[in-house]
Amino acid sequence: MVIEVIERQTRKWQMVVDVDKCTGCQACVIACQVENNVALNSDEIFRQRRATEWIRIERYWEGEFPNVKARFLPVLCQQCGNAPCEPVCPVFATYHNDQGLNVQVYNRCVGTRYCQNNCPYHVRFFNFWEPVWPESLRNHLNPDVTVRSRGVMEKCTFCVQRIRRGELDADREGRQLKDGDIQPACAQACPTDALVFGDISDSNSRVSGFAENKRKFHLREELGTDTNVIYLAKVDAEAKDRSHA
Amino acid sequence: MQQRVALPHKQINADLLNITLKAPLWWWITVGVLGLFVLAAFSSVAVLVNKGLGVTGLNRPVMWGLFIVDFIFWIGISHAGVMLSAILRLSKAEWRRPATRAAEVLTVLSLLWAALHPVIHAGRLWRIMYWAFPYDFSRGIWINIRSPLVWDPSAIFTYLTGSALFVIVALIPDLAVIRDRTTGIRHQIYSILAMGWRGTPRQWKLQIVAGFLLSALLLPVFVSVHSIVSWDFAVAISVEAWHVTIFAPYFVIGAVHSGVSAVVTMMVLMRWLFGWHAYIREEHIDALGRLLIVIATTWLYFFFLEFSFALFSRESQEIALRELQVFTWPWWPLFLTFILAGYVIPVGLWLSKRVRRSWVMMFWTSLLVNIGMWLERLIIVIPGLSRKTPFSFDWGTYHPSLIEVTIIVGGYAFVFLLLLLFAKAFPLIPIFDIKEGQTLSENIKIGRRTVPALRVEE
Repeated sequence: MVIEVIERQTRKWQMVVDVDKCTGCQACVIACQVENNVALNSDEIFRQRRATEWIRIERYWEGEFPNVKARFLPVLCQQCGNAPCEPVCPVFATYHNDQGLNVQVYNRCVGTRYCQNNCPYHVRFFNFWEPVWPESLRNHLNPDVTVRSRGVMEKCTFCVQRIRRGELDADREGRQLKDGDIQPACAQACPTDALVFGDISDSNSRVSGFAENKRKFHLREELGTDTNVIYLAKVDAEAKDRSHA
Repeated sequence: MQQRVALPHKQINADLLNITLKAPLWWWITVGVLGLFVLAAFSSVAVLVNKGLGVTGLNRPVMWGLFIVDFIFWIGISHAGVMLSAILRLSKAEWRRPATRAAEVLTVLSLLWAALHPVIHAGRLWRIMYWAFPYDFSRGIWINIRSPLVWDPSAIFTYLTGSALFVIVALIPDLAVIRDRTTGIRHQIYSILAMGWRGTPRQWKLQIVAGFLLSALLLPVFVSVHSIVSWDFAVAISVEAWHVTIFAPYFVIGAVHSGVSAVVTMMVLMRWLFGWHAYIREEHIDALGRLLIVIATTWLYFFFLEFSFALFSRESQEIALRELQVFTWPWWPLFLTFILAGYVIPVGLWLSKRVRRSWVMMFWTSLLVNIGMWLERLIIVIPGLSRKTPFSFDWGTYHPSLIEVTIIVGGYAFVFLLLLLFAKAFPLIPIFDIKEGQTLSENIKIGRRTVPALRVEE
């Protein structure tokens, strides 16, 4: 069998999360749920503590009553450059692709759940039950995204289906991919533009503009995971800590 | 002081084959009852496969639960066989003779059950072949050899193969004894199993050489198996309780501690169930008791090291985790029980010779050790995962479901059942070894006293 190797331009995808702009509205959570065929989280699933949210809003309280402030921190897969989840998977169900993405191959996953144990951000999700959708939602599933069966891990993919679609469209039209052509569902849905997605190897992209930002920090930087999600800290007077986590 | 009883060879054959040649009624009843437990466990596995891992109590922060705790426990029990047989055989300890077979068989059977845990616990166990036996060569996709979960099956299967060979080599002379005492189909089966053993000097020489070689070859495997199991945890950089460099020796010595204790429990039971009073004597459990004091104290030292290494870093998360393990409900009573049952009570009692020579006391103290060691694994695995991470989305703990508990309990019945079945088919005390010990023994006079001694042929 001859494997045709598709030459792809070297790209490195990154996301910038501006914590200062985040209002905690959870639009990104819902957009992600719909785009990626994420199973419905019923009350019962939440009570079992088995909810699946590829992107979630962590809420922290700062200060003492009555001067309390709610802080929001969107957490998604950090697409680590040096990912702790990758070396522990016995079957290569999770690996690193040439665009810096941490990819999950559902077909290979046998469900040892070791990757979730070793994920410092707790952004990997296990399908404890076979996902079921009500009759009325049968036709809403995104045909570009695999529906995961029970027993496999899943996680944020940076909407890899949109990245591939964007690249193919650009190829077909015979043009270069330009910044903003590709948007993951969460970034597209964010009303305050707190999530910015792009190619860091393109020096003119919006994400590259944040590379030297003074408010820049990474989640759990001390672990040396070399994350590809960059956070920009809160700027108001009460925000003491650069990193909430 | 050894209390030797001189027995004619006929008597030894009859005594040690009493269960094999004609099983008493209690044997059938016990096998039946244990069979029911095993049936319940395997039905639970069927439910789990059918419905998915949702039927367990596992959840978002605690992805590994009782199955993994029990997996480490059974791998630990399996360390008894090589520890006793190989080390004592190589060091020619005379008191090993009645204990070796039981220890080796316990190794093989507990490994069999232990190896099933990661399979049951996997999300899609029907695709597990992938992982344990990489077959996907045609697509050029291999297993990830960086993962400790790939080292695990290779270590376990090497150990299983090695210790099974060990048991078989030591069984051959005894199989010939049974062959000569059975008729009909059983005679034919044992004839095949005995592989033409006639007891010629050449055969004896080969058998002894094979035993020694296997002992020496298995020793490094035995150290590696539990080291690798400990690396399942030690390489996890983001779980504070697990990421400790001392884990490998700490796990190995802990495994020997619980394994040798399990052999003591088993020997007391064998003496009681099969009436082998002349073969399993007080000197044997006395010797095991003394060995256990050393092992347990070494283990305690490693436990202390593990704890102090963790606190030494003075990281707030590490300290919070230790606080969770030691002071927080429901962990503190478990932690206290673990320390008392795993070390303080049994070792304190073993210091007294009267306890070491009391069957009842040795039975309960050795059982206590294994309760403590099971809790030790529980306290490593579960609080490690249910600790409060910086992300509050995932805070929570874990309560095992009935399905999980049934499978765990059924596992104990499974190993016990296999042991009883083994005892029905083969002698649990090596007949030839006992006879050899008797042949080599002689009484020598020192001053006015006659003491038992051993003739050594160089």
